[in-house]
Amino acid sequence: MSNPTATAEHNEPLTAEDKQLVRPPLVLNQRTMGWISSYISSIVEGKTPTWWYVSMAFTIPLTLLCLALLAYLISTGVGVWGNNHPVGWAWDITNFVFWIGIGHAGTLISAILFLTRQKWRTSINRAAEAMTLFAVVCAGIYPALHVGRVWMAWWLAPVPNANAIWQNFRSPLLWDVFAVSTYFTVSVLFWYTGLIPDLATLRDRCTTKIRKFIYGVLALGWRGGNRQWRHYEMAYLILAGLSTPLVLSVHSVVSFDFATSVVPGWHTTIFPPYFVAGAIFGGFAMVLTIMIPACAIYKPLHDLVTVNHVDKMCKIILLTGSIVGYAYLMELFIAWYGANPYERAAFWYRAFGPYWWAYWAMMFCNVISPQFFWFKYFRTHLVWVWIIVQFPNMGMWFERFVIIATTLARDFTPSAWGMFHPTWVDICTFIGTFGLFGTLFLLFIRFLPMICMFEVKAVLPEADPHHGEAHH
Amino acid sequence: MNAVGNTSAPVYGIAAEFQCARDLYLAAQKIRDAGFQKWDVFSPFPIHGMDEAMGMKRSILGKVVFLGGLTGFLTAVTLEFGTSSFLYPLIVAGKPTNLFTVPAFFPIMFELTILLSAFTAVFGMLLLNGLPRLNHQLFNWDRFKLVTEDKFFVAIEANDPQFSSRSVSDFLESLGGTNITTIHDD
Repeated sequence: MSNPTATAEHNEPLTAEDKQLVRPPLVLNQRTMGWISSYISSIVEGKTPTWWYVSMAFTIPLTLLCLALLAYLISTGVGVWGNNHPVGWAWDITNFVFWIGIGHAGTLISAILFLTRQKWRTSINRAAEAMTLFAVVCAGIYPALHVGRVWMAWWLAPVPNANAIWQNFRSPLLWDVFAVSTYFTVSVLFWYTGLIPDLATLRDRCTTKIRKFIYGVLALGWRGGNRQWRHYEMAYLILAGLSTPLVLSVHSVVSFDFATSVVPGWHTTIFPPYFVAGAIFGGFAMVLTIMIPACAIYKPLHDLVTVNHVDKMCKIILLTGSIVGYAYLMELFIAWYGANPYERAAFWYRAFGPYWWAYWAMMFCNVISPQFFWFKYFRTHLVWVWIIVQFPNMGMWFERFVIIATTLARDFTPSAWGMFHPTWVDICTFIGTFGLFGTLFLLFIRFLPMICMFEVKAVLPEADPHHGEAHH
Repeated sequence: MNAVGNTSAPVYGIAAEFQCARDLYLAAQKIRDAGFQKWDVFSPFPIHGMDEAMGMKRSILGKVVFLGGLTGFLTAVTLEFGTSSFLYPLIVAGKPTNLFTVPAFFPIMFELTILLSAFTAVFGMLLLNGLPRLNHQLFNWDRFKLVTEDKFFVAIEANDPQFSSRSVSDFLESLGGTNITTIHDD
């Protein structure tokens, strides 16, 4: 930087006292508005890079594997998965909760950080919201297909039918249908609303007719007039206000699937907040897993997604990871203090039963590994960050597996005990969902601006209409 | 003065370019004070405080969304009580559907309130903005493409009661606008 004392609000040299008060700039190297548009659009407009094809060569076969195995499942029956008595929910619901939890970080960044006026969110919200959508797509596969006769899945929807049957609206499973479908729909709306001004940028930069047509239609005729912006900003604010309770409700409702049952280990009131914290924890880990390589490929993005951003995200991981750790300990405490022998047994089996390895993997990944982020060194060195966040990614999967499979495997009566063993179909379908997620994300990077251009422009110092006026 | 579009067609308005958010903000205040009605400022991003500078009130979208949310809530109430009480009376765990069922019905009431509010927010915003549309007179002007990049524009429409092409272009020039252009319909 040419002027080391320049900051987001001030370009003039500052006194030592002022320097302590002002915040570091959100965009480094004094990038201009023109640069932001040109650089981010160039990722979409330029020639398709080789790494993109190479990545696609991995993700597309995995996507096809996932789709083929789902076809196999539908044509053969749920028996191709390892679910059986007593473990009727296994990898399917584990993977569902895993993926939907990942999605929550995107909504947290786009909605909650917006309402709390965390301006640093502007450079990561687009990619995080895209991640939300693709994660919910992966998640949606499982509840839709685990029902067995998938052609009956429409029975979940309250539509008049020939049997004159209606749903039980007191069932948490039906709440889940409404919560997840609302979440997906609202996430799409939120994401697309945020894209409109940026699609207009792409439209206005187009050189070929076909691109102009496609981006022109997608931009919906956006002109950037203030008479449009004022409704737009209001819509965005309202969507953020709606998404905030929505995201908290979705994972609470997911946790009700378990918490409203009478199974020991599931029947706990701590589940909703504990699930939400875990979702944000795992989701931020996934945001970093994606954003760090993306910025390594497109190096100038480091001026927009700075080390400061990574540092803040690591702090959120540390915070939510510690909340999750507290929840684990509180569960153990209540299991002991509640003096319910079944509850005590359930937690004993989690830690020392046949699935002890999953429990301790969860404990290590979710509670121990994020503690490294107390140290600034680990929060600001991207390679370390990337390595450390793989543990929450794995740990959150183990958490759901522990909650779901180990609980069902050790129920009230020993005669109803049994082990779950995944089949090759279970394993390959799950791996395939990563391919689906990756393919969708690569398509997103290639065809849509992965950073919200207009919002980043709006946090530049020159975007302030009082920029350059006397400081008061 | 430049002219774009079909020059034999009626005039849509006169537009000028500004170089930064601050200039646009100051220009907007003066246009507001001059008493124009049909005009707008265009920028690559929303400018803080521009609504006041243009003399505009708060967007009514919030009130519209309230109605959308209310519709969602009432839909859920009707759906849940209508089906569980009348169309297909359900007794769950020995409990009939009555007022005490509300806590269990609440999640779906909440979700549908959010869902319809979000739909109203997005489609209401588009409707209030006159979108989607495929074309607009301003798109006849090539420089206007820079509005989504890093330039700022003002356009005063010809159907403004105070509009006269001579005085408006002089006025825009006095505000510091450049590239002052008359925009015709296609």
